[in-house]
Amino acid sequence: MSVDASWYMALSAVLFAIGGAGLLLRRNALVMFMSIELMLNAVNLTFVAAGRELGMIEGQVSVLFVMVVAAAEVTIGLAIIVAVFRRRATASVDELAEMRG
Amino acid sequence: MNIEFFVFALFALVAIGGGLVMVTARNPVYSAMGLLLTMFSIAVFYVLNDAHFVAAVQVLIYAGAVMTLFLFVIMLIGVDRSVEREEVIPFQRPIVIVLSVALLGMVLLAGQAAWITGRGVFSGGEINGTIETISDELFGTWMIPFLSTMFLLTIAAVGTITLAYFASQPRGAAEEGSNAESQTSDSAVRGAE
Repeated sequence: MSVDASWYMALSAVLFAIGGAGLLLRRNALVMFMSIELMLNAVNLTFVAAGRELGMIEGQVSVLFVMVVAAAEVTIGLAIIVAVFRRRATASVDELAEMRG
Repeated sequence: MNIEFFVFALFALVAIGGGLVMVTARNPVYSAMGLLLTMFSIAVFYVLNDAHFVAAVQVLIYAGAVMTLFLFVIMLIGVDRSVEREEVIPFQRPIVIVLSVALLGMVLLAGQAAWITGRGVFSGGEINGTIETISDELFGTWMIPFLSTMFLLTIAAVGTITLAYFASQPRGAAEEGSNAESQTSDSAVRGAE
């Protein structure tokens, strides 16, 4: 039984659904960020698997670009979380219902 | 039952278990550890898919740098603080579980309809994800997008410094209300100039 790309696609779908569920379930901003990272990783896995199946190197190149964007996003997001925590002493998104400094 | 299938099944279980631990753990440190497990498993899948350089980058950047940053912020904010409150939206958990299962089912169904099948439908051939192959593509065809990521990272660095600087300036004035706070930050800007 050989492992072809559809197995990786199915696994990525499962990981993506887990990440989406975590994003909707949790109220901690840090855990929500981790869920977004999990979803990005699941999509990266589909890129690499499809790139091998189609014989194209562009899948792996796209993964590198996604990683760069994710790194920038994590940097900004964690800076925002730390800034909010300094002001509000909480990381729960329920406390941030109004856009007031 | 070859070795590739065995490795895939083992690390698929590890990845899914890590994801579930990340979602369900009360302590954010356990969530980070679950995500770390999933990221290592995905690096193993990259190796199975002949993407050796991407696997190395995954371990270095994600499991190394990004997770260290996450753990640092978790430790900075405090791990013993329980910020999970009761549900604000009624029936949130059942709705989320139903929606996630529906999303998974729809993605799998759509994948069966439009699944890529067979090797070499478009260009074909084996690929190997060495540094040489990837850099040929990256510094040839994708030179302009690669350079624009430089701007993206610069913007991210400047934004982080700005957030850290201006969030730390009005400290102590937070009790006096937002009006005094903005004045303090304005005078801080003038003082910096």
